[in-house]
Amino acid sequence: MAKDSGLLRIFLTMMKIGAMTFGGGYAMVPLFQDEFVNKKGWISDDDMVNMIALGQSVPGAIAVNCSILIGYRLKKFRGALVAVSGVVLPSLIVLTVITFVYAAVRDNVYVAGALRGIRAAVVALLVSAFLTFMKPFYKDAVAMVAFFAAFLLSIVFDINSIYIIIGGIVFGITAGIWRIRTQDSDSGEPPNSDPPDGKDAV
Amino acid sequence: MSQYLLLGWIFFKIGLFSIGGGYAMLPLINSELVGYGLMTHLEVADIVAVSQMTPGTFAINAATFAGVKLTGLFGGVVATVAVIIPSLIITTLLARYFFKFEDNIIVRRAMWGLRPVVTGLIASAATIMALPALLGVGSVSELHWGTLLSGVDIPSVIIALISAVAIIKFKRSPIIIILIAGIAGFLLFGVLGL
Repeated sequence: MAKDSGLLRIFLTMMKIGAMTFGGGYAMVPLFQDEFVNKKGWISDDDMVNMIALGQSVPGAIAVNCSILIGYRLKKFRGALVAVSGVVLPSLIVLTVITFVYAAVRDNVYVAGALRGIRAAVVALLVSAFLTFMKPFYKDAVAMVAFFAAFLLSIVFDINSIYIIIGGIVFGITAGIWRIRTQDSDSGEPPNSDPPDGKDAV
Repeated sequence: MSQYLLLGWIFFKIGLFSIGGGYAMLPLINSELVGYGLMTHLEVADIVAVSQMTPGTFAINAATFAGVKLTGLFGGVVATVAVIIPSLIITTLLARYFFKFEDNIIVRRAMWGLRPVVTGLIASAATIMALPALLGVGSVSELHWGTLLSGVDIPSVIIALISAVAIIKFKRSPIIIILIAGIAGFLLFGVLGL
């Protein structure tokens, strides 16, 4: 098992993962584990689990965050830069080509027809993602209030999502403190706060 | 120059506030890109479909697509770099001091409060995108019985219903569903001209 984690090898490994994964960021997580823990042995299993947990809790795409953490662990800031460049490059190239093609052919009657069908399927895809997100808390009254408040603020009052998200952070901290005070719970940890099933996330 | 600055600023904000990954980013893309009049809801739906069928994450795919479409080749790079920068700053700072961050009780509570809020935003994004895709209505404010009856796109509604059953009930892969829906759209709207 090679122990040499040179910048070029970090870059190439990340690029391979970025190019091979379909279905979004969650789909990359097992590949990070497989490449960096099992195959190369550069990172311990415990460290990887911690990094993945952290990668999901901070802003930004999970795959991007995890690649930055792995790169930083191996080669500090230069490693982080190289790792994130590698994981992003395949998407950047593929999407650039696709966007030019899309712009050129989207008005063609057959392509426009296919796109119209695809957009209908995308609505179904979003409903499915929504149901997956909903699963952990649909029996939790406080969470449901927050859900409907966010939904209505967004769709009826057209409030910018950024303000609603900031409100959600404030709500989470306040509601957590309130729960401790009223229920005298030992940790304040809400029930069923597992991350959503990764399969449906893009 | 200023168009690159605007693009960079928009995607910096999207990177900074999309917490929870994947579809959590969609409401922000709707707010920022559609809100500024840079894209339509139908184009955002196209990004979702394209990013399912291409490698990589939704965030990066969306940034590249929007950047290239709005300002060309260089715009794709600008938007992609901009959406990564918040992650790069926040994550490397935490990596220096952390590994206990996930255990932090305040972070856990904030995340718990955020989950239903982000879900509400996803529900809103799904509704907003369903309006032009299925009902032929541009926005919520245009929605009333008159527009609903004249604009409803029956073949699209049927495709959406069949897709929903295939994905939710039969757990079919989104890639297959998008391909089949594309073929159905090609035949129904392109060849038959419905």
